[in-house]
Formats: sequence, C-alpha cells, structure tokens
Amino acid sequence: SPPAFLGHFMVFMLSVVIGFYVIGNVHHALHTPLMSVTNAISGIIVVGALLQVGHAGKLWVSILAFIGILVASINVFGGFTVTGRMLEMFKREEPAR
Amino acid sequence: MTPSYALVQGAYIVAGLLFILALSGLSRHETARLGNRFGVIGMAIALVATIWAATAGVSFEGLSTEGTGLRGLAFIVPAMAIGAAIGIWRARSVEMTGMPELIAMLHSFVGAAAVLVGWNSSYENSPYPKVHAVEVFVGVFIGAVTLTGSIVAYLKLAAKMKSAPLMLPGRNVLNLGAIGVFVVMTVAYVATPESSTFLRQLMLGIVTVLALALGWHLVASIGGGDMPVVVSMLNSYSGWAAAAAGFLLSNDLLIITGALVGSSGAYLSYIMCKAMNRSFISVIAGGFGVEGGTTAG
Repeated sequence: SPPAFLGHFMVFMLSVVIGFYVIGNVHHALHTPLMSVTNAISGIIVVGALLQVGHAGKLWVSILAFIGILVASINVFGGFTVTGRMLEMFKREEPAR
Repeated sequence: MTPSYALVQGAYIVAGLLFILALSGLSRHETARLGNRFGVIGMAIALVATIWAATAGVSFEGLSTEGTGLRGLAFIVPAMAIGAAIGIWRARSVEMTGMPELIAMLHSFVGAAAVLVGWNSSYENSPYPKVHAVEVFVGVFIGAVTLTGSIVAYLKLAAKMKSAPLMLPGRNVLNLGAIGVFVVMTVAYVATPESSTFLRQLMLGIVTVLALALGWHLVASIGGGDMPVVVSMLNSYSGWAAAAAGFLLSNDLLIITGALVGSSGAYLSYIMCKAMNRSFISVIAGGFGVEGGTTAG
C-alpha cells in the first residue's frame, strides 16, 4: 500500500487514542456543551470543500463545493455560538448554588 | 504571496492542538469557556491557512501549485458569509429547550458537506486510484448515513415525527444487508476501470441512496427517549466522515480533527448510555438486539 496512506493512518490512530482519553472525566452537566463543541469542530470538513472550490474548468464541482462550504459554515459558526450560550447559562447559575 | 507548505502544515498542527485543548477544557466547569475559545481560535487559524493556501497556492521546495485566486474567493466569501449568518442567527434565536434539536440539525450539515466533498473528489485523479476509490466510497457512505440519521433525530426531537421506534420486519437483516451491499459495491467500484465514467457515477449514486436510506432507518428504529445518545453518536459519525474526507484529500488536519471528534463522540455516547442505564450496542446499531424493549419516550 502507498506510504502516504500509512503515514495518514498513523496520524489517524494516534488521534483516535487522544480523543478517547481527552474527555475521560467529563462532568455530567457538561455532556451537552461538550457534544456541541465537538459538533462545531467537526465543521472542519469545510476545509475539504475550500480546497475543491474555484478550480478552472469544472464549474459544477465548484457549485457542489460552494454548497458544502455554506452548510459546513452554518455548523462551524452556529456550533461555537450555541456552545457559548450554554456556558453562559452555567455562569449565571453558579452564584445561586 | 504564496505560503510555503511548511507554514500551512504548521498552522494545521497548531489548530489540531487547540482542538485537543478545547475538548479537554470542556470536560471541567472551570475551564469550559476557555475550551470553547480555544476551539474558536483553532478554527480561525485553520480557516485562514486553508483559504490562503487554496487561493494563493502552496510552494514546496521551489515549486508551487496554482491557487484559485479571485475566482476561488468569489465562491468562498459569499458561501461562508451566508453560512455564518444563518448559523449565528439560528444559534442566537433558539430556545434553550430547542438546543438538542439544533445540534442534531447541525450534524446533518456535516454529513451533507462530507457527501459533497466525496462526490467532488471522485473526479480527481489520484496516484493510487484503488485506494482513492475505497476512500471515496467510505467517505460518501458515512456522510450520507450521518445526513439522514441527523434529520430523523431532529424530526423526532422536534416532535415533527412520532418518537416511537419504527419496527420494520427483519430490520436487523435490512441494516446488515445494506452494509453487505455497500461492501460488494465498493469492491465492484474499485474493479471498474476509470474510463467507464458513467458506470462509476451510477455506482456512487446507488451507494449514496443506499446510505441515505440506511441512516434514515437506523435512527427511525430508535425510540425518542434514546435520542440524546443518538445525537451524540451521530456527532461521532460526523467526525468519522470528516476523517474519511481527510484521507481522500490527504489532509492531516481533517484526519486529526475527524478522529478526535469520532472517538470522543463515541466515548461520550458510551458514558451517556451508562448514565441512562441503556445498552450501548442497541443504540449504535439502531435498535439491534432490542426486541420491543425500547421505551418510547
């Protein structure tokens, strides 16, 4: 198999392990914000569409990539904003406890 | 000015580290907000580096690739502006009780983007066409399952669809059959010569429809009470879809981020299942092994 693929696979496996350990002791109340922030981060797929858009000669590849950038951007901007709102809510609750 | 390959990769490494810090920050109250900020900064760095590299090209050891220039920007700027406006508007206006629905809806966008990126890259030439063909199929498949699965989860959470599990006869056979067909189609796609463009497009189309149907069925057969775990699981799927796109485009940032989201999402679903005293396997496999035992919530 191609050496480039093996390199990518190494990066992939190490990241899987990090993802597993990094949220090890997540507090119960933070499940939803954590889900929301990982959702925002998975909007990184926009990078793929950004690299495909605008190449000469393939208009409809660009159109599909345009739609890809648009929907992934909804996810990125919406995801971080909504996480921020949730965390604000925790902040206001804290003095009451 | 053309950025060097090393500069772009450096930016990707920094962005990847910031995403790891974001996830670890979000697991404690004291650091949660800081974590969100790390995520935003990481994303900003990744986007700036990518847009720069895509429009201006990348130089590597004296050679440089051609960027898309103003033509690229003419697509990128309006797409991101519209997406950002819709995203921020929805996120600001949503009621607190509507958050899970919004998150479910957002996952479907990642799935949709993954399908589009997969289709687009099926027309690219690769030095290793067979590996590339498998990557296209895996990417499109996971993306499409995430897309319809998230739409169903959204509809169930928003009470626009009845939350009781859909009980098709032999549904486990249907799910396993769909995966079996996917594997067979992948092998056939790899074996089809690249000159038969129409046949290849047709196969990609069939697999897309199959995966859309599978995603719909998987989530439709889970009761509304399990939806929080399903949303977390779909989050994990969206991560795997991004990682598959990373393999397609040989982009390490997509692979790192996708794998992080994929594995942390899967682990989070497992934690949530334990907290709710539900069987993890039955949730990820779409009601697999639960014979009428799922409570419709």
